This record gives sequence, structure tokens and C-alpha cells, in this order.
Amino acid sequence: MAGASWPPLRAGGAERCSLAVNDLWYLAGGRALLSGINLTLGRSGITVLMGPNGAGKSLLLRVVHGLAAPTSGAVTWGGRSLNEETRRNIALVFQKPALLRRTVAANVDFVLAARGVKDRTDRRNELLETVDLANRADQPARLLSGGEQQRLALARALATDPCVLLLDEPTASLDPASSLRIEQIIALVAARGVRVILVTHDVGQARRLADDVVFMSHGQVVEMGFADSFFSAPQSERARAFLDGRFVL
Amino acid sequence: MKLVAYAIAVSAILATGPGPAAAQDRSILVQSTTSTANSGLYDYLLPIFHDKTGITVNVVAVGTGQAIKNAQNCDGDVLLVHATPAEEKFVADGFGVKRSDLMYNDFIIVGPAADPAGVKGMKDAEAALTKIAGSKSIFASRGDDSGTHKKEQALWKSAGIDPTGASGSWYRETGSGMGATLNTGIGMGAYVLTDRATWISFANKGDFEIVVEGAKNLFNQYGVILVNPEKCPSVKTEEGQAFIDWLLSDDGQTAIAGYRVDGQQLFFPDAS
Amino acid sequence: MQDLGGAIQLALSLIVSADRNLAEIVSLSLLVSLTATALSCIIGVTLGAVLATTRFAGRGAVIAVVNALMGLPPVVIGLIVYLALSRSGPLGFLGLLYTPTAMIIAQTILVTPIVAALSRQILEDLHVEYDEYFRSLCLPHRNVVAALIWDGRFSVLTAGLAGFGRAVAEVGAVIIVGGNIDHLTRVMTTAIALETSKGDLALALALGTILMAIALFVNGLVYYIRCTALRSAYA
Repeated sequence: MAGASWPPLRAGGAERCSLAVNDLWYLAGGRALLSGINLTLGRSGITVLMGPNGAGKSLLLRVVHGLAAPTSGAVTWGGRSLNEETRRNIALVFQKPALLRRTVAANVDFVLAARGVKDRTDRRNELLETVDLANRADQPARLLSGGEQQRLALARALATDPCVLLLDEPTASLDPASSLRIEQIIALVAARGVRVILVTHDVGQARRLADDVVFMSHGQVVEMGFADSFFSAPQSERARAFLDGRFVL
Repeated sequence: MKLVAYAIAVSAILATGPGPAAAQDRSILVQSTTSTANSGLYDYLLPIFHDKTGITVNVVAVGTGQAIKNAQNCDGDVLLVHATPAEEKFVADGFGVKRSDLMYNDFIIVGPAADPAGVKGMKDAEAALTKIAGSKSIFASRGDDSGTHKKEQALWKSAGIDPTGASGSWYRETGSGMGATLNTGIGMGAYVLTDRATWISFANKGDFEIVVEGAKNLFNQYGVILVNPEKCPSVKTEEGQAFIDWLLSDDGQTAIAGYRVDGQQLFFPDAS
Repeated sequence: MQDLGGAIQLALSLIVSADRNLAEIVSLSLLVSLTATALSCIIGVTLGAVLATTRFAGRGAVIAVVNALMGLPPVVIGLIVYLALSRSGPLGFLGLLYTPTAMIIAQTILVTPIVAALSRQILEDLHVEYDEYFRSLCLPHRNVVAALIWDGRFSVLTAGLAGFGRAVAEVGAVIIVGGNIDHLTRVMTTAIALETSKGDLALALALGTILMAIALFVNGLVYYIRCTALRSAYA
């Protein structure tokens, strides 16, 4: 476990972008899928949630977003509990994006309209530039390649002007080149001060992106700390085994 | 723009019903038996009446039983059917103002050319029915409480036969209108009791021909009644009565007598 | 079926001669059935969308009832509407019986369950796909419904087509509430029934052929619209 200096405070993010999770439990079918999670994350930077399948990473992501309600425990953002208002600052990108059956541009416009943006054209074009899809604006979203679809999902997420971006294995089904482009966008977004929490299995990706790491297994947080120290000297046997590519029980 | 045009067309057509919106347009609704409509009589008579009075006559053609029922529900201004006892009851019950004889024709029994019951040329309807029943030859009945059906039931009764026991075997109740029953009967080679007007104008005769006709008790009387405005305030008394008056006038009676199909007169006026 | 060839020939000659009565009957058929279908789509799609996107006690029962209503015989609907609109019925004062409006009402009742049941299924499948994303956006319910209907509009259109097919082909309801009055409430199907009862099977069949051609035309039109639209935005 890391010391009192963790997590670090970085410039750029607002107080409302800092997460605190307190004694969180999620029970389903008599099993604890999340058991006693305690977590505090600062207002900026990229935190990577790692761990083997079934560790509860994606579920935790949904719970901190408010998509799934925990059995007990508290989730607060900047000291305020989850409600419609806090949730509107948090964008979530899924592993398989549910793109609307519309054009690329219309997918972004839809979000802008939902957020009450009146003059959408400039903002949409800017967002599509950011994810490098400006030349695809008039194409049906569902005819894009996997990597392009995920970039469009990122553009839609950014269209909500979030202070927190939650990413659930966004590159899990993409080829390395496509993954890399997604990673570049994530890094760019984080550099602009958006707080990023990323779930991934990909150790290489975690190494490239993470400022800090939360390692989970069996519904528990096993270890968390700065990326450098986590990757160079993991404290727990499970994290060591995972990083070495060994089977973790 | 297309949508607007469509909406205008919709409202224009919806406004032409015999409802309140059409109060200016003088029209009446006649609940009628099918034979007068199917034989084309109305297509011949109504334009003449309209030319004289400017009143449009809308006709709902259903079986006599249903026509009476509809009129009892006030869904019509004039009733024109052919089941005298039921019509008299309608007036006696207060649903109609007055019943008048309008015209007559006659019922006939039609059957396949092969004539399995051997009734061809008979003049006595009861005797013919007795022979049909005796030989268990197929007989198709309306079975729909219409004027023709009521007539048929009366004939069976006076022949002393209850054919309903054989329902489904040689006695087949179609539960449909005259035309549908003729189609069915011709399809299965059954004897059918029909009014002459429907038969003459019927286009799907196959090899069927008239086997029994000319009997006195095959007389088919049509009556006309104004629906009672005291029971049904919606009744257009003035226009309805105008129609009835015209039908019963020399003018109307001559017009009825003048309607012919294939050179044959279908209805014989007999207003007193 | 020696009548079939003759019927098609007769149908063609009726069309070529631009028979005025025929034109009147065809336009009324289209007017009544298209209006009924449009009304059914407004009611049915809304109902379907609500059923697809909300969970409440008795929802399963409501869906079962809507599905069962798809099988309601037109005659029964005709009778119910007749009893309601009859002068002696509760809505008799409106004077709507034996008008095109009554026919539209009856066909709307006939078609709404079909549109509702089919669009419920279509929108629910779409809802399953979009639900988590929409919830992550904190989208208000009416926006969710609007988005589902918009994105599912071509499939919903097919539901509307199914409804139109049933409306334009049914005779049981319109003949009772319309009365098959010449120049007023006579439509294709009641005209076919009338000609059949007059024994003029060839004319009846000719009218049937024209009805089929109209249905085919409407279906083809929708199919064309759908294909064109698919190329632009749907995938």
C-alpha cells in the first residue's frame, strides 16, 4: 500500500472531479462482487483500474458513475454524493459503444442537443477534429471501423464537456495501431485537465498512460499507488503474478 | 404542402357524412333489405327521386332482420324490407310511424339442372320442400333471420317439417346474405329459396335454373315505414316522408314498374 | 380458376377506362385506411415506446393484452364501434355512424394493437442496445423515447405497413360501421363483398386485383423510401 502522499494532487482539475469511495459493497446472487472498497482519487490525472477478469473493475466503474447502485457504501465526487447534477459531469465510454443509427455528425449533435447546446456546428466540428473523424462526418456511424467507432464514442463523451472521463476497456477489441490512436486522444484529454479513470487488461497500455494504478482482484482493491512504483515494485503477490502474466487465483 | 392537401381532402370527405356536419345537405338514410339493392333497383330509382327533390338517399343494405334491428337503434330514417309480420310488430312496438305496402315480387326455388329431388315444374312450394326433405337433397338456407329466411321457415312449418334437425347434413344454413347463399348453394348443388329479383340480376347462375315458381304462397311483399321520430329524434321526418310519399305516388309506382333487367320486370308496385 | 384471366383483363380495362366510380372507391379506401394507419401509428408507436422503455407492475399483462388484441376479428370491432356510434349508443349524438369517420375509427382500433405490439418489440430491442448509454447521459425519458422512435423509424414504418395491410384488406368492420353506402362509404373491400353477393365474381376478382396492386404499390413505395434512407444514415 502506498503512503499518505498518495494520491497526488495535480493542477487543472476541479475539486468536483475528485472521487472518494467509502466501504462500498455490491452483493448479487449471494456473492460479493465488490467487497469493502475504499478509494480516493485526486482531481486530475489518469488512473488505471487493473486486474484479472471478474475482479469487479467494470462494475466499480459503473457504480462510481451511478449506472449501478451499490448494496451499501458511499460514492462522492468532490464531497457531493451522486445525483443527476454530479453525474452530468461524468462521461462513460463502453468497450462496445452503442452508436446511434445516424451519421457521425448526428451522433455528436445528439449529445450536444441533449446538453442544451444551441450552436452545435462549430463545437461538433472541433470535437470531430480532436478524434480525427472530421472527414467522416456525413457517414453512417455504424459503417465506421472498430477504432473509428471508439473514437466517435470518445467525441460523444467529450461533447458533454465532462470533468471526469470513465473508460471501460475502450481498446479491448482493437488492433494495436487503433489502440494507440485512442491512447493518444486519452492522453490529450487528460492533459487538458479532464480526470480519466481507465479500466484495462493491457499492461503495456497501463504503463504508457497511467499516472497511478488501482489493482483489483476478487472484488477488492489489492493495491494502489503511483504507476512508476507499481510497475517497478508491486507490493502484492497477486499484482506481481498479474504483471508477469501468470495465472492469478 | 402535400400534407396540407391531404388534410384538406380528409376533412372534406369526413364532412360529407349524414351526420350533423351535413345538416344543410338534404339526405336520408334507408335501412333496406339486400334484394332491392343487389337487384339494382335503387341505382335506377334514387337518381329519379334526387332529380325531383334534391334529396340524397343513402342506402344501407343488410338482411331484413338486421335492418329492423338497426332501425330500432335509430340508425336510419326509413325502413324498406319484406317481412310483413315483423314490420307490423315494428310499428306496433312504436318504432315505426305507419307501414305501407310498396310493391311485390315472388319467391322461387332454384336448383341444379340435374334436379336430384325431382321437383322441377312443381307449383306447390310445400310439396316441393317435402320432396326435397324426403330425398335428403341438399338445401341451402339463409339462416340469418332475413325476410327470405323467415319466409322459408314459414314454408317448412306449413309443410310440417322441421329441417333444423338435419342442419349440417342435407339442410345447410349459410348464415349469409342472399347472394352469398346463392354462391354457396350453386357451389354445392343445393336447392335455394330466393326472391326473383335477386335471381334475375344474379350473375353467377352456373347450371342452376328455377325449379319451383308461381305458387300463391310464394308471394313476396315489400313494405316501407318511416322510423318514428318520437322514439328517434334524429329522424329526418320531412325528407323521409317525402321519399315514402314519392314511392307510393303514381310517379314512384310507375318508376318501380319501369325497372327491368334482361327485359324482365323485377318488382310489381301495389301501393293502395 | 378460369375466371382469373378474365378478372385481370377486366381489372385492366377498368383502370384504363378511368372509371369514375372505381376512382371514388379507391380514393376512399386509401383515405380511410391511410388515415387510420397514421392515427394508429401515433397512438401505437407511443404506446409501444412506453411499454418498451418503462417497467411497471402489470406490464407483462398489458403486453399480453396488446398482443392478443392483434387477433381481434374486424367484425367484433365493427360491432363494438357500431354499438358505440349508433343513435341509441353512448356516442350516437355525434351522428358518425355510416360515415368515413366511423370507418376510420373502427380501422384505427383494428390497427393500433398491431402497430403497438410490433413497435414495442422493435423499440425494446433498440432500447436494450441504447439503454446503458442513454442512462450514462442522464437523458430524460421523453428524449429516450424520441431517440428510439427516430432511430427505429424504418423498422417502425414496417409495423405501420403491416397495419395498413390489415386495414385496407378488412371488410368486416367497415361494412358494419360504414354500411357500404354508394358514393359515401363504399370502399374496395365492401365493393368486392357486394359484387360477390351479386354473383359477379369476375368484377369482384377484378376489384381484388386492383386492391392487391394498390397494396403492392404502397409497399413498394415504402421499401424504396427505406432503401434510400438506409444508404444515408442507417447501418
